[in-house]
Amino acid sequence: MNMGQDQNPVLRVSNLEVTYYTDSGRAKALDDVSFTLNAGEKLGMVGESGSGKSTLALAMMRMIKPPGRIEGGRVEIGGVDLMSLSEEDMRQARLSKIAYIPQGAMNSLNPVTRIGAQLVDAIRSHGIKDSRAQVEERCVNALKSVDLDPAVFRMYPHELSGGMKQRVCIAIGILLQPSVIIADEPTSALDVVTQRQVMETIDRVKDQINAAVILIGHDMGLMAQFVDRVAVMYSGRLVEVSTVREMFTKPVHPYAAALISSLPNLENKGVFQGIPGLAPSLLRLPGGCSFHPRCAKVMDICKTTRPTTRMVQGNRLVTCHLYNEEA
Amino acid sequence: MLRLVIRRLLFLALVIWSASTIVFFIPRMSETNAIRERFAELARTGGFSPTDLEKIIESYTKQFGLDRPLWDQYQDYIVSIFKLDFGFSLNRYPMTVTDVIMQAIPWTLSLLLVTTIISFLIGNLLGALSAWPKAPGWVRAFATPFVLLTGVPPVIMGVLLLFFLGFRMKLLPLGGSYSIGVVPDGSWTFMLDVLKHQVLPALSLILGSVGGWVLSMRGMGITIQGEDYVNFAEHKGLGAGAIFRDYYLRNTLLPQATALALALGTVVTSAIVVEGLFGLPGIGQALNNAIRSNDFPVIYGIVLFITGAVATLMVLMEFVYPLLDPRIRNE
Repeated sequence: MNMGQDQNPVLRVSNLEVTYYTDSGRAKALDDVSFTLNAGEKLGMVGESGSGKSTLALAMMRMIKPPGRIEGGRVEIGGVDLMSLSEEDMRQARLSKIAYIPQGAMNSLNPVTRIGAQLVDAIRSHGIKDSRAQVEERCVNALKSVDLDPAVFRMYPHELSGGMKQRVCIAIGILLQPSVIIADEPTSALDVVTQRQVMETIDRVKDQINAAVILIGHDMGLMAQFVDRVAVMYSGRLVEVSTVREMFTKPVHPYAAALISSLPNLENKGVFQGIPGLAPSLLRLPGGCSFHPRCAKVMDICKTTRPTTRMVQGNRLVTCHLYNEEA
Repeated sequence: MLRLVIRRLLFLALVIWSASTIVFFIPRMSETNAIRERFAELARTGGFSPTDLEKIIESYTKQFGLDRPLWDQYQDYIVSIFKLDFGFSLNRYPMTVTDVIMQAIPWTLSLLLVTTIISFLIGNLLGALSAWPKAPGWVRAFATPFVLLTGVPPVIMGVLLLFFLGFRMKLLPLGGSYSIGVVPDGSWTFMLDVLKHQVLPALSLILGSVGGWVLSMRGMGITIQGEDYVNFAEHKGLGAGAIFRDYYLRNTLLPQATALALALGTVVTSAIVVEGLFGLPGIGQALNNAIRSNDFPVIYGIVLFITGAVATLMVLMEFVYPLLDPRIRNE
């Protein structure tokens, strides 16, 4: 699918599908997800809990565990489809092509080994045969680039604060200069001041290695400050991908519009507007467009026909019947 | 750190003192007189008249100082703990208590230390693998029989093994420490003979205890593999072997190390039973014989030896544990 942007995006995800085979039935957690990302670009991935954001991250790392299964689709980085790699090649691709900065940085470091060891093993497992001193220097440089003291190399995780642990995870993420970094709610456990510092760190190291960043999260305020484009997910589908400015000023998908108008703003202090209804269970999705029972602009076609993703207004992606004729 | 060492050593002394005091008084409540037991045995085989027997008993009682007030004897006893010398065995005079212990301890140590460590290694490896999603399926099939055998006490296991492997199939000797007629000279043939006699007692101890390790390790393993750092290790692109060894096993072993120290403390209990069943001249047998004849100097010696060993092990563990887990380093 052409996004009308750069003809050579660093990341191209096409038609990615993931299904969880649970005892109570099949749950389609990712349904036909496609998007592209250019080098140095930052994409925010938002959506309610259970909309498939973290599943998307796991699927791109090819780390979906049973009962989940990747049913199809491609994740191409620099033209190489990760889905077609052997297990061993995929292992090598993790961190060197696509890195993941975890959600729970508090517990993401092995409590019984030194920080240094946890950076060194990441390098060594990718077949890098440099001398010990060279590898150590590389690790210390990574720690420095996230504003950590080189002494952290010899420390244990319990000797660090939450923000410092998150920085260590970022340092690990950039060790092998990947082209894509997925940050899964990297700041959700941190206070707002630390949040900002961590986000600025991610921004800076991203520029150093010119990586594309996917930021997963709920915090629209953080997204508005940090990313270039925002992607909205709803029950496993990507319903809209637009630039930050477009998304916040005139969202095209009714769900994205409802999401934006539910944000508190200075003009309407004290007035909160929710989205009526609840997110549907993935086990019993409504027919047609899965958002239609909650949609303010529902039409007859929405109840019967599944909308396809199409390009509108130049380079915006939307999955909605309202835009059928624009394509 | 020095303060901690001193505190721990004081605690160790307190444990040994309280255990030894309780142990001092218990045998004294018994009606059994060790000296009478010994000479009554001799009298039955003939040699002296009952009147002489009373005189002999009286003179020995005096010689061992058993006619003095209990409080005085207790003071002597405390002194003897410091000197690590409990004098002569009443029942096996002229052997000293130290002789009795020294003769028995190699048998017990070689059997129990080895079996405990073997079952610890097998059990933990099986337990860790059976909780590991990427482990081959046969591991779980292999672990299950051990878990089923957990409920079987070592004695029952020993009897069954004796019956089938020893008596029916005649694969292994029925008991004793070495074959009758073999000269205990330290040669290879002698060693091999001793080893053969150790197989059944060892099996009866191992088969029943592996399952416990499997269960506790599997529980621990399921918890650890859901930890964020194990997931992140996979995100980092580490291979399955490295994740298993450095992230998973390393963390599951922490509580198991404590459990191992505790298990080493309780092995003597199973030793009494198993050594009795197989006729091995170990510390369990020696204690059993001493209790039967109320040979209290030997009881004191053995109980204090065991208490001291276990308490020392615990204190030692407390200093080893920080090496395994940096989070509880004291400074």
